[in-house]
Amino acid sequence: MIIDHPLLGPRDAAEFVYLGDARLIDRPDWQGENAARLFHDYLHVRDNPAGEHRELWFHEHGDRSWLVVTRNTLTHEIIRVELARDVALSLGRGR
Amino acid sequence: MRYSALQILKEGLTGNRGWKPVWREPDPKPHYDVVVVGGGGHGIATAYYLATAHGLTDVAVLEKSWLGSGNVGRNTTIIRSNYLLPGNEPFYELSMKLWEGLEQEINYNAMVSQRGIINLYHTDPQRDAAVRRGNAMILAGAGAVLLDREALRRRCPFLDFDNERFPIKGGLWQPRGGTVRHDAVVWGYARGADRRGVDVIQHCEVTGFDIRDGVCRGVETTRGAIGANKVAVCVAGSSSRVMARAGLRLPIESHVLQACVTEGLKPAVPGVITFGAGHFYVSQSDKGGLVFGGDIDGYNTYAQRGNLPTVEDVCEGGMALMPMIGRARVLRMWGGVVDMSMDGSPFIDRTPVTGLYFSGGWCYGGFKATPAGGYCLAHLVATGNSHPVAAAMRLDRFAAGAVIDEKGMGAQPNLH
Repeated sequence: MIIDHPLLGPRDAAEFVYLGDARLIDRPDWQGENAARLFHDYLHVRDNPAGEHRELWFHEHGDRSWLVVTRNTLTHEIIRVELARDVALSLGRGR
Repeated sequence: MRYSALQILKEGLTGNRGWKPVWREPDPKPHYDVVVVGGGGHGIATAYYLATAHGLTDVAVLEKSWLGSGNVGRNTTIIRSNYLLPGNEPFYELSMKLWEGLEQEINYNAMVSQRGIINLYHTDPQRDAAVRRGNAMILAGAGAVLLDREALRRRCPFLDFDNERFPIKGGLWQPRGGTVRHDAVVWGYARGADRRGVDVIQHCEVTGFDIRDGVCRGVETTRGAIGANKVAVCVAGSSSRVMARAGLRLPIESHVLQACVTEGLKPAVPGVITFGAGHFYVSQSDKGGLVFGGDIDGYNTYAQRGNLPTVEDVCEGGMALMPMIGRARVLRMWGGVVDMSMDGSPFIDRTPVTGLYFSGGWCYGGFKATPAGGYCLAHLVATGNSHPVAAAMRLDRFAAGAVIDEKGMGAQPNLH
C-alpha cells in the first residue's frame, strides 16, 4: 500500500505504524456523567466496518506526523489522506 | 458407514462402489431448536457436541460458502496448549485432550500428529519467562520440558545458534503439541454431526436476525427465514459484520494473517518451532512442504490477502533462524481474516440479546481451540451456563476489568 502523505507525497505503508479507528481522536470528557462507560467504549469497542474505514497512521520512519487515512478494508484502496492535526482542528480541538 | 481397515479392504475388493457421501445436502427446515451460524471448525464442532454431549439433534449449521472455506482451511494446522494465564490455559488443555481422542471419537483420520512444539528463548529474562510459562503448563496438566542449548541442538541442529542479534539459548518444549490435518477436522465433525441428525446447510448466508423484544427468535437467510429457539454465532474473521446485523458492536478488529508453504522437501524440521523474537514460526507438512508464517499485517482488513512487506519480514525471520531455508522456494502464500480482540483472548459468551450466543475473537489461534471452542459453546447453549474452563472468556470483561492479556499489550489489537 502507498500512502499519499499530504506533506511528503507518496510513501510506502511500511514506513508507518498503525493505531486504528480515527475516532480515537475524539477522547470522551473525563468529567462527564457517564465517563466510565464512554471510556470503556472509546478504548475497547470498534465499528470495524467492511468497506470505507477512517484510521490513524503514524509516520514513524518519516516525519513522525499522525495521518487520518480513509481506506477500503475490502480492497486496500486508499481514498483520502489528511493530517490528523487538521482533522482534530476541524472538530474544534484547540491544538 | 463406519470407517475401518476392514471396510477399505472390502471396498477395494468390490470396486469401491459402496462409499457414500460424507454428509447429506438437506434443505433448511422452517424451524430448529438451535441454529449455528458459520460452518467453520468452531461452528461444526459446536453442532457436533450439541448432538453428542447434550443430545440436541434438532440443529442446523448455516454456512454462507462451502464448509470449511474460512480460517479452518487457511491456518498453519498447529495445536498446542502452552498458554500462561489461568483464564486461558485450562481451556486450551481441554482442547488438547479432545484432540488426543478426536480421531477415535469421530471415526475419521484427522492426521493428529503430536510432533511437539518448541518456543525459543534468547536471553536470561526470556528463559525465566519460559520457566514460568512451563510451570503454568505443568500445573494445568499440559506438560512442558525446558530444553537447554545442547538438548535443543540435538533435536534441531540446523538452527543458527550463534545468531548475532538473537543467539539461541534454548527452548520451551511441549511434546504433546503438533499439527493436525485442518480440513479433515471439519469433514470429520460434519460427518459425525450429520449422522446424528444435524442439518449441515451450505451456501446459505445469514443476512439478519429476527429479534423481537430483545429475544432472538431466528435468522433471515438467503434461503429464507429460519426460526430458532437459540442462535449461536461462530464466524470469527467476520464477527463484527455479522453481529452488527444484531445491533451489537464488539471489542474486535479484523486483521489479516498471512502464511506460506514451500515445495516438498525431505524431512528436516522435527516439529513446530516458534521464533517469537523474529516473528517467524515453521513446521513441515506430511507432504514435505515447510509451512511458515509470522505476525499479522497490522491494519484493519477484510481482504483475504495481505501485503508484501509482511511476507518479506517473515522470510527474513526464517533466514535469521535457519539459513538453510534460503534454498527452499515458496510455492504459495495466502491470507486469512482473523478477529483480533482487545486483549488477545477469545469470547465464548451469551450476548445482551436473549437466545443469541457468540464465539469469536480467536485472534490468530482459533484452530487449536476448535474442539474445546465447540465443546464449551455447546455447553453454554445447552445448559445456559459457561463451561468452567471458558468462564473467563466473557464479552463484558473489559468493563469489569477482568481482561485475559497474555502479552500484556493493552487494548491494541495489532500488538497481540
